[in-house]
Amino acid sequence: MISLNVNNTTVEVDVDPGTPLLWVLRDHLNLTGTKYGCGISQCGSCTVHLDGQAVRSCVTPVSMAAGGKQITTIEGLAEQALGRNVQKAWQEVDVPQCGYCQSGQIMSAVALLKQNPNPSDAAITAAMDGNLCRCGTYNRIRAAIHKAAEMGAA
Amino acid sequence: MSAIIENKSGEHDSGRRNFLKGSAALVGGLIISFYLPVKGGRALAAEGAAPQVYPPNAFIRISPDGVVTVIVNKSEMGQGVYTSLPMLIAEELEADWNTIRVESAPVGAIYNHTGFGMQITGGSSSIPSSWEQLRRVGATARVMLVQAAAQQWGVPVSECRAENGVVKHSGGKSLGYGELAAAAAQLPMPENVPLKDAKDFKIIGTSVKRIDTPEKINGSALFGLDVYLPNMLTVLIARSPVFGGKVKSFDAKDAMQVKGVEGVYLVPTGVAVAASGFWPAKTARDLLRIEWDEGPDAALSTAKMRADYLDLAKTPGLVARKEGDPAAALAKNANSMVVAEYEVPYLAHATMEPLNVVVDLKADACTIWCGTQSQTMDHAAAVKITGLKPEQVKIHTTYLGGGFGRRGNPRSDFMTDAVQAAKVIGKPIKVVWTREDDTQGGNYRPMWVDRIAVAVGKDGKPAAWQHTIVGQSITADTPFEAFMVKDGIDVTSVEGAATLPYAIPNLQVDLHSPKNSVPVQWWRSVGHSHTAFIVETMMDELAHMAGQDPVQYRLALLQKAPRHAGVLKLAAEKAGWGKTKLPAGHAYGVAVHESFNSYAAEIAEVSLEDGRIRVHKVVCAVDCGMVVNPDGVRQQVESAVVYGLSAALQGQITLERGRAQQSNFLDYPPLRLSRMPQVEVYTVPSNEAPTGIGEPGTPPIAPAVANAVFALTGKRLRKMPFDLEKLA
Repeated sequence: MISLNVNNTTVEVDVDPGTPLLWVLRDHLNLTGTKYGCGISQCGSCTVHLDGQAVRSCVTPVSMAAGGKQITTIEGLAEQALGRNVQKAWQEVDVPQCGYCQSGQIMSAVALLKQNPNPSDAAITAAMDGNLCRCGTYNRIRAAIHKAAEMGAA
Repeated sequence: MSAIIENKSGEHDSGRRNFLKGSAALVGGLIISFYLPVKGGRALAAEGAAPQVYPPNAFIRISPDGVVTVIVNKSEMGQGVYTSLPMLIAEELEADWNTIRVESAPVGAIYNHTGFGMQITGGSSSIPSSWEQLRRVGATARVMLVQAAAQQWGVPVSECRAENGVVKHSGGKSLGYGELAAAAAQLPMPENVPLKDAKDFKIIGTSVKRIDTPEKINGSALFGLDVYLPNMLTVLIARSPVFGGKVKSFDAKDAMQVKGVEGVYLVPTGVAVAASGFWPAKTARDLLRIEWDEGPDAALSTAKMRADYLDLAKTPGLVARKEGDPAAALAKNANSMVVAEYEVPYLAHATMEPLNVVVDLKADACTIWCGTQSQTMDHAAAVKITGLKPEQVKIHTTYLGGGFGRRGNPRSDFMTDAVQAAKVIGKPIKVVWTREDDTQGGNYRPMWVDRIAVAVGKDGKPAAWQHTIVGQSITADTPFEAFMVKDGIDVTSVEGAATLPYAIPNLQVDLHSPKNSVPVQWWRSVGHSHTAFIVETMMDELAHMAGQDPVQYRLALLQKAPRHAGVLKLAAEKAGWGKTKLPAGHAYGVAVHESFNSYAAEIAEVSLEDGRIRVHKVVCAVDCGMVVNPDGVRQQVESAVVYGLSAALQGQITLERGRAQQSNFLDYPPLRLSRMPQVEVYTVPSNEAPTGIGEPGTPPIAPAVANAVFALTGKRLRKMPFDLEKLA
């Protein structure tokens, strides 16, 4: 059994330690907000936070996320003021279209704003370039990050 | 938190429940539906024939608390139909927008597309095909609600009016729709209820926020991949690496050793691994040893096809359009002739959500959850495979993580694949395509080669235009062939070329439709995705040859095409064409194109960075008739530009030894944020009925960029993707 702390809840899962965190979240814990897009860390749809850092859960073995590390998924984001602000900004800008990549986009954006509360356009580009969006919502993503930065962390 | 679909009775419920969970009043309780007895039940039962008069209860349900649930018969794949279609109903219903909820329609003839006669989402037609229908549905329901209130009060209908979800009497009384729904449902349905004048619209024409955004920012939106049934197995299928290939033999010994694997099965589309989850299924599939009978196309290569297509393009094909005598005019003007060959590759749709289908097949019922664009055909496919009665097969349409055409397959490929597997495996399954399966699974935008010969007159205008198109037909050998192929010409192969709007006295567009085993499919903007690039770069070439401004040159030839001219002028004005002083090393390129009855002109500002094309800004002007949701239109045009730009700059699927050489986003890379241009969208004010907007923004972007590159470098780009071209 592997013990995980997901969204401030401790859970035990019986899986091979090499199983990517993504599939533990989805297939075992029914946390389906974290998406599968490519399986090779090229699209960012599977982005979650591991101790506050954005990681691609599709290439993160579950064993690396165990041991008391804090895993935060899109479902747990609203527990953080910054998370709520980013979601609010996303809503105000009406960012999503098909919406499939947006959990990952939002998780990457929150991780960026945690490190850099007022990111420049260049910083946004650097932090968000690993998150693909086939609907092309990139300009709205950028606008929403600026808007969330204006709201601050509170 | 849980996406398991199971209701209290133990039966699987629709994913639609998720859409409803925001409204506590709707969960668990019985809803007094806005039910109307349908007179004679006509047409409702008739397969394939939708009624001409739509009873409101098929599209609207009003619960006692006043919540108005709109049943949407189009699939939400990002284009905003879960917002824009309810807007049409709410406008005429005089509903309070805050009470609107959305539910996806089940499969049924009443939910057929008003133009296509089947339930389908595509062709940028959701708003145009629903414009009249859904407004009338809303208006009819409103009249019945007002009548119910008048009866209850014993006053004339003329003294009552509906406003914001409430019926009011001039004397001051009022009743909410929720209080009136049950009585209204008993009234006869009025016919031919008049519709509002556009000047009285309150909701249509406003940027209503998307209904689906809250679910899409907190992880709760239910996509097909998010559906989990009790005891469901995840299935990955090893399909032939060569199109048309079949399994000769397979060895599953090692695969069966993987923990969590329940079985390995020979299925019609390959070898299926069923496991407790994706990871064991994937791990086991990688351990399969399969010998394939690769079939007749084992040597297929796009390099060879290209050579064949180029040869074919030199010979005339079936004539799609002919004006005057182009052959004679070309011969006469041989000394002023320009000839060019163009190539565009196969393209995968690469929706962010890879294909998937959940199937729960029992002896007497089959329940399917799928993000499909094509319910009627997928339903028919499932009925045929299972041998069940149509009413025993149900499809729940989830959110689609992108569609772009791929999820409306004319052969129902992914539905057939999954239901066949369910029949073999005998348990509830979710068939998941990996990104590699999705990229290599065919159903591509066709590869095309085009050849154009133009004779230029003394005035610099085209005197003769000969355009030969070579590429596979999308609709051949599908049910769409019956109405999309005429005299051997697939309209989707020549659209945008045969519909060339420029005044050219001698013109011919002809077509070769070679066949092979690569399945092809509509890809955002379909034929226009290649024809706009070709005709609009050629127009630019002609303008430069004539020493004329590319905008003015086009306008002179568009005197009988006012809506083309309208968007072209608007884009030129907004971009400051010919006026704006661009930074050194930047240039503008322009293109204009009609598709799906809408008109789009785009001006791209481009520079070169280390030989790579950098698109800084795209100014788009569109004429899509009346605008239902201005921000929705902006979203769609922004999206269409990026989709087209990904293809123009870096999208291609090539085949060698019958195999797709690309597999994932590393070698089939969509545009990333770092290469995203600014996009400005302007609409031409219009009183015309709305026309398409999901696709028309895509066709002009490739030629606009190519024309800007010419302005910068003097080099003509005639082959996509552009990034492979050497640019000085």
